[in-house]
Amino acid sequence: MRFDIVLRVATKFILAPLLLFALYVQFHGDYGPGGGFQAGVIAAAAVILYGLIVGLAPVQRLVPMGLLEVMIPGGVLIYMAVGIASFFLGDNFLDYDHLAHDAVHGQEWGVFLVEIGVFVTVSSTMVAIFYAFAGRGRS
Amino acid sequence: MTAHFSQSATILLMVAGLYIVIARGNMVKKLIGLSMFQSSVYLLYILPGKLIGGTAPILGAGYSVYANPLPHVLILTAIVVGVATLALGLTLVVRIKEAFGTIEEDEIAGDMRSDGSKPGRGRKSA
Amino acid sequence: MIASHLPVLLIIVPLLGAVLAALSRHGFVAWLVALLASAATMAVAFALLWRVQAEGLISYRIGGWAPELGIEYRIDAVSAFIVVLVSAIAFLTMIYARRSVLAEISAERVAWFYTMLLLCVAGLLGIAATGDAFNAFVFLEVSSLATYTLIALGRDRRALVAAYQYLIVGTIGATLYVIGVGLIYLSTGTLNIGLIVERLASLQGSRALTVAEAFIVVGIALKLALFPLHAWLPNAYAYAPSAATVLLASTATKVAVYLLARYLFTVFGGDIDVGAIPISAILIGLSVAAMFIPSAAAIFQNDVKRILALSSVGQIGYITLGLALANQTGLTGGLLHLFNHALMKGAAFMAIGAVVYRAGTARLDDLSGIGRTMPWTVAALTIAGLALIGVPGTSGFVSKYYLILGALEAGLGWLAILIVASSLLAVLYVGRIVEVVWFREPAAVARECREAPLELLLPMWILAGATIWFGIDAEWPVGLAASAARVLLGGAP
Repeated sequence: MRFDIVLRVATKFILAPLLLFALYVQFHGDYGPGGGFQAGVIAAAAVILYGLIVGLAPVQRLVPMGLLEVMIPGGVLIYMAVGIASFFLGDNFLDYDHLAHDAVHGQEWGVFLVEIGVFVTVSSTMVAIFYAFAGRGRS
Repeated sequence: MTAHFSQSATILLMVAGLYIVIARGNMVKKLIGLSMFQSSVYLLYILPGKLIGGTAPILGAGYSVYANPLPHVLILTAIVVGVATLALGLTLVVRIKEAFGTIEEDEIAGDMRSDGSKPGRGRKSA
Repeated sequence: MIASHLPVLLIIVPLLGAVLAALSRHGFVAWLVALLASAATMAVAFALLWRVQAEGLISYRIGGWAPELGIEYRIDAVSAFIVVLVSAIAFLTMIYARRSVLAEISAERVAWFYTMLLLCVAGLLGIAATGDAFNAFVFLEVSSLATYTLIALGRDRRALVAAYQYLIVGTIGATLYVIGVGLIYLSTGTLNIGLIVERLASLQGSRALTVAEAFIVVGIALKLALFPLHAWLPNAYAYAPSAATVLLASTATKVAVYLLARYLFTVFGGDIDVGAIPISAILIGLSVAAMFIPSAAAIFQNDVKRILALSSVGQIGYITLGLALANQTGLTGGLLHLFNHALMKGAAFMAIGAVVYRAGTARLDDLSGIGRTMPWTVAALTIAGLALIGVPGTSGFVSKYYLILGALEAGLGWLAILIVASSLLAVLYVGRIVEVVWFREPAAVARECREAPLELLLPMWILAGATIWFGIDAEWPVGLAASAARVLLGGAP
């Protein structure tokens, strides 16, 4: 498959819009359907598509397994850090009311930050699952 | 039947999924059955949340009827759990295939009995 | 500041520990993180217990959302009882784990092992702490997924199959549970257990609720390995790494029992027969079957881990029997046995883990006379075994005594006789182990062994010591269990 010219060229055109779409879904999650989970899966799909076309070794140079192993717990850490930050502002866990000057903006900021954590964990987990299965029986 | 079409579909998925888990010996097929079984739960929660003529639960001028967002949130969580379970299950099947050379339960059961009767320890392939 | 956030810290601390252990990617650092996190969790749990005893029910709203919309954590005497048990066992397991894990798990996986161990603890504590039916499902799956991974890390290739079988059964159980919760949600429009209780009062006799209760009870029964649904348990316990087995045997099924009690008593009311299903009669029948059949099967096993695992299925029978009796004394006995069994089974699995650490096998044939080279380890195993039988002077006696009183109180004298009779089966399987390890001539394996290292002996003897201590002075656990039973039966917290 990696020498198929149609797939290679088509992938080149798709990859950038795919990543951009992931970012759109991520940041538009405040106003419409979307959010870190969906965006993470879309971003992971871009990486996986690239991996399918160029093979496992090149994609692992781009997104190494070591990076994923930091990103998976790292995203959870971001999520928890936002939750724990509420403690210091006098609120309950994951209560974002005092993250900004008023409750509405506080909630928006809180969800925004939490969604970044979700994005990091979900995208890296999806890619890690792909690596785990794709790399089996070759190394 | 048509009056309760969605409920019937839920029950069909539930029972068919569970039947596959019980009746098949192939470990991948069992996992497929398990996923079907879990999908029925998604339907069970989602269906009553949907109102006829309701929109997505996003504030906007001119919309007053909207679907209940809570079941969707719950089921998003349940789907994540389902995906995690399926991924872990498939990982185990891959490892079992490497260790036993088969994914048929009855053949593995025989291998496990013979493992038990010999004193050696350790996995044949890691 | 900390005092008001205790209920949620119970979950955050082990979860944060799991994340840091995963980030460290270094075996020793991960162990240190796990040890500190579990020590902090235990401190939080005891603080919660103290506050519950002083103030009663503690409610905590995640994100500040009202219970109708958000998730509420509710800690009452029952939750606090379970939380203290789980976190204390988790801490002792962490002390035990370092040497044991180094011997059993390849170096690059050690950090992940502690991550999974902490995730499992976080999930189990979450089930006990949450007051939200769906959130309990999520925590159930968090702990279960971690458990499947832990079992699969066992060094025998059969561990993979055991993990797979548990995954299938565990997922079916959790899914049945969540179907039941879904039916309750459709009937009441809420997932908060406190609100469900209020709204169910007007729905008595609804067929949806009868079906929901059936789904929930069967689903949880799969997770707690109630007798005919226990097939996953012996393999899972036998092939998991020793440290994981200790944690699972002492906590996982116990938390499932908590969830069952929560639904039978708090949600569906003190009269646990809902609709046409005589749940208490079924539960008594299955409990009695569990007391006899798996225990009898244990007598013919050759692997000590399997003997102890089958014995666990039998002992769970006593605990569910306590629930089924549904009177103050019987329920106290059931909960007390839950507590005592966690301690004695923890000690027993730690001891056999230490034997595996030195001798490399848990097969009874190979272990003859090992008591002469590993006297402290085998003595702990023996004490745990005596407690499993229910010998006076051990904690097992106290809890069985309460169960017998509860059975007599319920007017079921024959049940009291069966409790005593089933203990004779424990005499047989424990006696067989004791005979082989103490009184046979040492085999080649046993002669080469040395006593287990102090790191393994210390937590083992804390549990074995507690087993004896609570057999002589049972006031503290009985007090905890009795107040938990009062809360379950509808008294003031």
